[in-house]
Amino acid sequence: MTTTLYTSDHEWLGIDGDVATIGITDYAQAQLGDVVFVELPKVGRALKKAEAAAVVESVKAASDVYAPISGEVIEVNQAIADEPALVNTDAAGRAWFFKMKIADKSELGGLMDEAAYKAHTA
Amino acid sequence: MPATAPLPTPKRTPLHQLHVSLGGKMVPFAGYEMPVQYAPGVLKEHLHTRSAAGLFDVSHMGQVALVPRSGHIEAAAIALEHLVPQDIVGIAPGRQRYAQFTNEAGGILDDLMVSHFGDHLVLVVNAACKQADEALLRAGLSEICEVRRLSERALLALQGPKAASVLAKLSAGVEAMRFMDSGPRVVAGFDCYVSRSGYTGEDGFEISVPAEHAEALAKLLLADSDVVPIGLGARDSLRLEAGLCLYGHDIDETTTPVEAALEWSVQKTRRSGGARAGGFPGAHRILAQFDTGAARRRVGLRAEGRAPVREGTALFADATSAEAIGKVTSGGFGPTLNAPVAMGYLPTAQAAVGTQVFADVRGQRLPLRVAAMPFVPNTYKR
Repeated sequence: MTTTLYTSDHEWLGIDGDVATIGITDYAQAQLGDVVFVELPKVGRALKKAEAAAVVESVKAASDVYAPISGEVIEVNQAIADEPALVNTDAAGRAWFFKMKIADKSELGGLMDEAAYKAHTA
Repeated sequence: MPATAPLPTPKRTPLHQLHVSLGGKMVPFAGYEMPVQYAPGVLKEHLHTRSAAGLFDVSHMGQVALVPRSGHIEAAAIALEHLVPQDIVGIAPGRQRYAQFTNEAGGILDDLMVSHFGDHLVLVVNAACKQADEALLRAGLSEICEVRRLSERALLALQGPKAASVLAKLSAGVEAMRFMDSGPRVVAGFDCYVSRSGYTGEDGFEISVPAEHAEALAKLLLADSDVVPIGLGARDSLRLEAGLCLYGHDIDETTTPVEAALEWSVQKTRRSGGARAGGFPGAHRILAQFDTGAARRRVGLRAEGRAPVREGTALFADATSAEAIGKVTSGGFGPTLNAPVAMGYLPTAQAAVGTQVFADVRGQRLPLRVAAMPFVPNTYKR
């Protein structure tokens, strides 16, 4: 059973046990415009909450993707590094960025559910 | 004094309502509210301009007429030559030339286009510099010329391989114009100034139109199925692929025309040994650089990877050296090349095409190579 949570920085987290899959929201990709480059963290990297973890670049500008929680990177999505436009076409699905092992489940308490995120972006 | 001065309200061009109705994402730029993109986005707008035609609102730019008081155009041309290192006297009637206002240190105060309209000159200058340029012109030329700001005119650019066929439907004969031809023409019944030039590397036109007719003309052009509106985002990526300088970024008061690799724009008649050598601000330094070279040079840069290298990025001679040797002045992603492109300044010794340098991007040294510009071949109708 996967639960999806959101940050105010427009990232989503799919929570499955002690693993979180992280991506950017459809709202975020629409704001960025055409994504032309994605830089992913290295597998094994220990991320602290709010640390810059990945970079997503449009024609015009670069934006950081922050670690929404603390934990170790266990997998990255090479598909979006190879085909950055996937971030525009399937931000909430196939264009996930990385998976991390959740270090502290209590950090999830500060995140939004879908209803709260919808209100946040309304 | 108040703690925070109120921000000046951004100005609007005569096409403001049209931009909004077309879904333009409006942003502040050079004191104006301008569309940075429309719904299709920067990438598609860029590619459409390269494959068909794009319509740009560049009404924020300054248009200035220099009307000689004596009635003799040569007097205006000679007077303007005191402010720029170009051969203005040699511009033929109906032709346009690229120029720069220089300062006493040889730096560039602004870059501009100068057109010969038969009995007067018409200048197009950058939006952010237009007040200063006008003051410079008034201070230097008022005895010789009336300096007339053409604030009642909007400026549109129609760029791309279909631009000529589209515009010819509204103004018979424009297809016969050559690159850098410029002069008054009737377009769709409106009294316009049309030049065959632009800022994309594509064939195309810039059309100065009375402000009250700007929206009508823009709508006529947009009614053509080959034409879509293009925002500032794609304007920037198009000019970068074309290797064209953006004032305030690639050229400024600290860069000379020689350092900026704009020697081609300084005609021989203004260089050492020429009939009207020197006689412009900073001539001593600029002509010395023509004769003995400059210490640094603007170059094109191509990345080996896919990561864009942005403006301000420091450049290094190798993967480990601590001392930066230059920096990127414009950088981004070139949609036509489907690869990162940048330009910046390097020591002349490292400015040869093919030289490898390294950019510091988020703490990593990314390899770049000095590359010839334009990155995308231009398609001007010479």
